[in-house]
Amino acid sequence: MGLFNLFRRSKTFRHGVHPVAHKEQTAHLAIRRLPFAPKIVVPLSQHTGAPAVALVKPGQEVVRGEPIAEAAGFVSVPMHAPVTGVVRAVDALVPTAAGPKTPAIIIETYEAATQAVLYGLDQDMEQMSQQELVEAVQKSGMVGLGGAAFPSHVKLMPPDGKVIETLIINGCECEPYLTCDHRVMLEQTDSMIAGIRAILRATGAKRAIIGVEDNKLDAVSAIREKLPDDGVISCEAVETKYPQGAEKMLIKSLLGKEVPSGGLPADIGIAVYNVGTMAQLGELIPRSRGLIERVVTVSGPGVEKPGNYLVPIGTPLRFLMEQVGSTSEANEVIIGGPMMGMTVASLEVPVTKGVSGVVVLEKEAEDQQDRPVYPCIKCGACLDACPINLNPSMLGQLASVRQYEVMESDFHLNDCFECGCCSYVCPSNIPLTQYFRIAKAINRETRAQAA
Amino acid sequence: MSTKQKKVVEIRTSPHLKKAISVEQIMRNVVYALLPVCAWSVYQFGISVLALILVTTLTCILTESLFCKLSNRPNSVGDFSIVITGLLLALTLPPGFPLWMAAVAGFVAVGLGKSLFGGLGYNVMNPALVGRAFVQAAFPVAITTWTPGFAAGRFVEFIPSTLALPFMSPVDTSDWVTQKAVDGFTGATPLALQKFEKVTVDSIDLLTGAVAGSAGETSALLIFVCGLYLAFRKMMDWRIPAAIFAGVFIVCMPLNLYNPALFPTPLFMILSGGLMLGAMFMATDMVVSPMTPRGVWLYGLVIGVLTVLIRLFGGLTEGVMYAILVANALSPLIASVSQPRIYGARKEETES
Repeated sequence: MGLFNLFRRSKTFRHGVHPVAHKEQTAHLAIRRLPFAPKIVVPLSQHTGAPAVALVKPGQEVVRGEPIAEAAGFVSVPMHAPVTGVVRAVDALVPTAAGPKTPAIIIETYEAATQAVLYGLDQDMEQMSQQELVEAVQKSGMVGLGGAAFPSHVKLMPPDGKVIETLIINGCECEPYLTCDHRVMLEQTDSMIAGIRAILRATGAKRAIIGVEDNKLDAVSAIREKLPDDGVISCEAVETKYPQGAEKMLIKSLLGKEVPSGGLPADIGIAVYNVGTMAQLGELIPRSRGLIERVVTVSGPGVEKPGNYLVPIGTPLRFLMEQVGSTSEANEVIIGGPMMGMTVASLEVPVTKGVSGVVVLEKEAEDQQDRPVYPCIKCGACLDACPINLNPSMLGQLASVRQYEVMESDFHLNDCFECGCCSYVCPSNIPLTQYFRIAKAINRETRAQAA
Repeated sequence: MSTKQKKVVEIRTSPHLKKAISVEQIMRNVVYALLPVCAWSVYQFGISVLALILVTTLTCILTESLFCKLSNRPNSVGDFSIVITGLLLALTLPPGFPLWMAAVAGFVAVGLGKSLFGGLGYNVMNPALVGRAFVQAAFPVAITTWTPGFAAGRFVEFIPSTLALPFMSPVDTSDWVTQKAVDGFTGATPLALQKFEKVTVDSIDLLTGAVAGSAGETSALLIFVCGLYLAFRKMMDWRIPAAIFAGVFIVCMPLNLYNPALFPTPLFMILSGGLMLGAMFMATDMVVSPMTPRGVWLYGLVIGVLTVLIRLFGGLTEGVMYAILVANALSPLIASVSQPRIYGARKEETES
């Protein structure tokens, strides 16, 4: 509310919330490899954009790292085989975290295989042209590993007339429980810096700033130690506050600039990448390999062996949960972090490229219990939490009387990025974020019908 | 979780975490913050005030239950907001206020001020002040009859007017006052003294509450400290009282400099009458105050300025109640003109 925020230390944005971080469960645990599941499910649509097109047929043998699906257009990425095995199906419908079923390639793992990646040729990143780099990034099947799963190469090609001047590398990891980016920054610092250098060349940006929340100062010093001397890449600590890792917020914290409403960071000459994406690119591009595994934080009170695991893409959650063990009280499995993640209805849902964490909550957790919903008491807590400066209270009242168009036209509904701060702080327990999500969906539908 | 164990999995949409603070907790803390003020009032005026507090609170609770039953809503007494209304109402009434009139005030406060609008969160004005405004109009004599504090035997006998029978005028307390009062008690509040006789009461007396006035509005210091507790628990918006004090200061300071004999100092204005209670506990009523950052300051300034104008230039000696009620009514308007600037708003774009 301002009274205590007068003495800020690190760079930050206005508003936001401070949920209990719970990162101590996994922050000290080094990344470990998870065994290969007997059956791997690779959905063709794991990213924003057009689904990939399968290249393999049922019965075909695939080698780990081999391309199994190709990009269908510019805003799309290929898929690579996460295991050596035999393809069982190419259009099986599998459940996803978001709900609707989606076609997927199913691979049965060869248990006797060495699972060595035999695919890919070494290439020198320094010799590649800008265009070659963009193609190489697309070929690697890379998407934003922070959770958005937006194809990385698309952001390398800003719309005509826009120039990327600054790269922001997002190492905030503001979601409670998640520590995968933290571990990546500590353990894969070199690959991350290599990845950043490649992207700097591909975009022509003049500098890169790595933003890390100040609860991970060990990562800041680890990165600063290895930074090259030319000063093009720098690392800054920002205040530990949710949603610091939202790209709009991080841009505001680091540069004091705001992305125009309805626009993209490219509009103000900025591209934002996750640290995990950079580390993977720095690892994959020199060998021209594809993205076949990622670091996933498995944590939460409902997990017996929490940790940061290197998980093959396509590992079903059921297999993952069997490996890490779950308590008998576990009742909610969240993909992503607890503030913005999705609960899954089925453990058949596979780990996809955008899954940064699996958080398992328990029935009796204090912040889990159902509380009665009171009417809005106009306390204004949501206004003080909203990082975009919206008026969630007013939006909520409009939503309850179904004035969805007014919400959009007069109260900037579409600027809400569903960070969940308003629902988190609401003492009346009104599901504000949830209302807004519905309102947006209904507005989209109405517009589609009108068109 | 293997297939053998069938378990129910929770499906929700994000966010999956909640801050552990609820409406009920906020309201309960406001009650806690009001209790010292009530206790001081009882100590000062004796069992009459105790009875007054009990009567208003009980009436408020019963009225709320009645209206919940009539409108088929679940009983909402448990959220404690109604207790706040009851306590605040008692604190704004004169210590010797007849109990039956207090019950009327409680009924009107909750019935007209809150329940008819739909209960918690929907009322337009502060319910306690609605109740008080009603009895101010209905019983003008009783509500301006002040009795001295620290009277001997205040813990064993009621102030005579307290026990007036329903629909009967209360007995005249002047005999009782002359019999009990310390020398020089005139029955005039500091504001009345200032307004009509140009006598300014010492600030120290205002701080401790050794003056005439309503049951709970006499010790400005105690009320301020209790309000601070809420502000530090972030259950009260500190900007509202700050803006009110600023509003008072802005109007009072030039007038006082212009003619100190006629106009009191801003400090006297802030410490006297119901301003401290109003600023700390009534103007800050979350439901009826604006939420936007700029709106909050504007709202406070309006209250501060209006209070001084009514006190100095109006017919009444006290203006806090009407100032807050007017500002409450203005609050939706204030909110609509003070919507915050959103992140990334484009300059050329007018408020669309």
